[in-house]
Amino acid sequence: MTNTTTGPGSAAPYLKIEHLSKLFGSFAALKDVSLTIYPGEFVCFLGPSGCGKTTLLRAIAGLDVQTTGKIEQGGRDISRLPPSERDFGIVFQSYALFPNLNVTDNVGYGLTSRGMKRADITARVKELLDLVGLPDSGAKYPAQLSGGQQQRVALARALATSPGLLLLDEPLSALDARVRVRLRHEIRSVQRRLGLTTVMVTHDQEEALTMADRIVVMNHGVIEQVGSPSEIYRLPATPFVADFVGTMNFLDGLLAGPGRVSFAGLDLTVPTDGLAANSNVRLCIRPEDVAVRNLDASTPNLLPVEIRALDFLGSFCRATLKPTAGKGSEIVADFSINLMRDLNLEVGKRLSIALPADRLRVFAAA
Amino acid sequence: MAEIPANDYLIGPRVKSAMSRDDIIMRAGVVLFIGFLAVAVALPLWSLLSKSFENRGEFVGLANYIRYFSTPALFASVWNSFYVAVITTAIVLPLAFVYAYALTRSDMRWKGLFQALALIPILAPSLLPAISLIYLFGNQGFLKTWIPGGTIYGPIGITIAQVFYCFPHALMILVTALSMADSRLYEAADALGASKRRIFFTVTLPGAKYGLFSAAFVIFTLVITDFGIAKVIGGRFNVLATDIYKQVIGQQNFEMGAVVGMVLLVPAVLAFFADRIVQRRQVALLSARAVPLIPKPEPKRDWALFAFCTVVGGLIFGILAVAAWGSLISFWPYNLSLTLKNYEFNNFDTNGWGAYGNSVQMAAWTAVIGTSIIFVGAYLLEKTRGFALGRGLAQFIAMLPLAVPGLVIGLGYIFFFNARGNPLGFLYATIGILVLNSIAHFYTVSHLTATTALKQLDTEFEAVSASLKVPLLRTFWKVTVPVCLPAILDISIYMFVNAMTTVSAVIFLYSTDTKLASVAVVNMEESGFTAAAAAMAMMIVFTSAGVKIAHVLLTRGLDKRTQAWRRR
Repeated sequence: MTNTTTGPGSAAPYLKIEHLSKLFGSFAALKDVSLTIYPGEFVCFLGPSGCGKTTLLRAIAGLDVQTTGKIEQGGRDISRLPPSERDFGIVFQSYALFPNLNVTDNVGYGLTSRGMKRADITARVKELLDLVGLPDSGAKYPAQLSGGQQQRVALARALATSPGLLLLDEPLSALDARVRVRLRHEIRSVQRRLGLTTVMVTHDQEEALTMADRIVVMNHGVIEQVGSPSEIYRLPATPFVADFVGTMNFLDGLLAGPGRVSFAGLDLTVPTDGLAANSNVRLCIRPEDVAVRNLDASTPNLLPVEIRALDFLGSFCRATLKPTAGKGSEIVADFSINLMRDLNLEVGKRLSIALPADRLRVFAAA
Repeated sequence: MAEIPANDYLIGPRVKSAMSRDDIIMRAGVVLFIGFLAVAVALPLWSLLSKSFENRGEFVGLANYIRYFSTPALFASVWNSFYVAVITTAIVLPLAFVYAYALTRSDMRWKGLFQALALIPILAPSLLPAISLIYLFGNQGFLKTWIPGGTIYGPIGITIAQVFYCFPHALMILVTALSMADSRLYEAADALGASKRRIFFTVTLPGAKYGLFSAAFVIFTLVITDFGIAKVIGGRFNVLATDIYKQVIGQQNFEMGAVVGMVLLVPAVLAFFADRIVQRRQVALLSARAVPLIPKPEPKRDWALFAFCTVVGGLIFGILAVAAWGSLISFWPYNLSLTLKNYEFNNFDTNGWGAYGNSVQMAAWTAVIGTSIIFVGAYLLEKTRGFALGRGLAQFIAMLPLAVPGLVIGLGYIFFFNARGNPLGFLYATIGILVLNSIAHFYTVSHLTATTALKQLDTEFEAVSASLKVPLLRTFWKVTVPVCLPAILDISIYMFVNAMTTVSAVIFLYSTDTKLASVAVVNMEESGFTAAAAAMAMMIVFTSAGVKIAHVLLTRGLDKRTQAWRRR
């Protein structure tokens, strides 16, 4: 676990989660989770199903109260409060729109019971429908709207009461790929405009990478890493994060000495802080970081390989490369179509590649 | 629950959620609901159980039971009940299966008509087919000679009447079971070159297996526990249901009545659990990707099934018609001119038309109060946060009535409400106890209907309401009730029709002022006024049918207005 207390700016934290654990029977869904979220941040909980991300969100909402631990929101201890006494708006994957109420009544649902004047409610509902881009749909029923439109109504309803915290539980998972991409931008722009602290749960790494200010990667009930999308992608803190986010080569090597790993009969220069000498390690490198151009004999970490397979993926080719010397495992590399043409690459061809030291991550072998 | 493993991640004290106002209201609701179920179901059954171990208020252990099983005259009824139930099941099951098969798997004409026809007996008290049989084959019947042994009174009459009475109940289950078919299975079987016969035995029958089990259990239980038919046409053939009545009403031997009640409970409870076990084994036959089977025309088969349905449907209609006709005959069988004088009930029974009024009133209250309690109760059990113990207890008691015959629950009511010192004793001999009893008697099926409807709602409605700070009660009124309105209407109709037609539970509980139409049918028939009894039974049919038709029309109108949101 790294970085759980640093965040953007020096503002006081808005949401403070301390030593949170949650048991369902004897199954631990959350194990001693601590996290700080700052005002105005868009934070994504990312992880595979069963990793505890939804449990953490529901604990923040008070829908499934944690077994132990503390949650503070805006300086107030909300650990024991029922959902109705907390301050949040929520959007579910199922939208949970009231099917028998039209869009106007759905969006105004939380306003009517706070003694607001009818005219004020109408104005507020109109403002919200404009905000989510559905100015003319007030009289329609949810069943008459598309999935994307329903999700916008759900968002408008959650925002109606001006909550201090917006919770999004896989809000885009039930939508078509195209609608999903468009809604990502819309949700993000609404959130920015309102400066609303937002937590979104997702299992879609692309969604998290494009939307979040910070990503919280979770697995088996613990936080693996917290960081900005580029930190998470470039500097994964654990093999799990490296594997879960993006595509990653895992190469088995032996730590020969400080800063040196032997792989495929070669000594590679790599950053190896904190790892014991003569131990087995895993080298990680992204397919797009494998260098092919502008190499000469003095380039460090040079590796002769043979192309075993080429998968055409549209704008690039994914190549499977086998080191010609030693018993090193196969390496996957992404070659642009340009490169393919320039170097005349095809299956069976031999070439030299380089594994840039600043792009290599090294973890102790499991 | 498994032991919590040793761990180092539980830091600090356990967090216990504070209760919101909604939580407090919901839990208080659950407690009240348990109280209601205790009074309506659990305590009366407990009274019955303890009564069976008593003699004049003293605990005598198993003495009553020993006396029961050592008295051949009493014990013979167990065998008689069992015998009639098995024979009826053996007759109804194949008939209902073929009929259901015709309705679901053929391209026969007039399916809607045949389905409606077959369901008619549900609207009538069980007594009605028995009365019709008496008209046809009784001592004055003109088809009397058709009956082997010369008399309809006894096992033959009981069985025939039960067949009519049980048919629609079995049919409904089998129609549901047979409607669930995946046409891909049939296409695969066809493609593999299986014969029709083989397809029937390897695809159709296994698919309907659980429906058949369920239908068999339902028929068996209905026959064992029905009182009306055995009372009217049983003659000297004693069954468990009539024994209870004789012990309690005839001989005022309450303890022995309680013992017979407990004995009657055994087969019903066994059937209940057997059905549960069988249903639990059932896996979803229809996957989400199943392609519904649309029967193709096949003239030979379709016409054969059409002929079959015409005969069976005709017999059902005929039985009803005989009762209707009989109720309009001046003096059977000597003067067959038509008259309405049999409907002047004041000439045949001290309560006259009053009994009919009582029934309508009682059924209406049962529908209104029962539906409210059942729906709110199911809502409380579905939506209360935490409080698993209370909810589990309530759920258990709510399932009990399905396994308890009406006579047994009625007898329990006598013991419980009549007991000295019961503050609820004022209910005794009022219409109130009849309403309460009817609600309890028909509780489970309605409870399951309500629960199913509630489970179809998005589980996050309550979470959304809480986040918007809207009280749960408001969401209940604004969303839950409107969305569940069709189910609520179904429940109220079910309660009304059953309260209107039931005899068994209320036979012990009516007083001279609160006599019901169905009881009047029994009384008038007993006094020899068969035509008046038929007339009253027909009044029950007309009322149930009228309400049912009104329900269909109302549902249609309602769909147009308040369920507009269901349309795209």
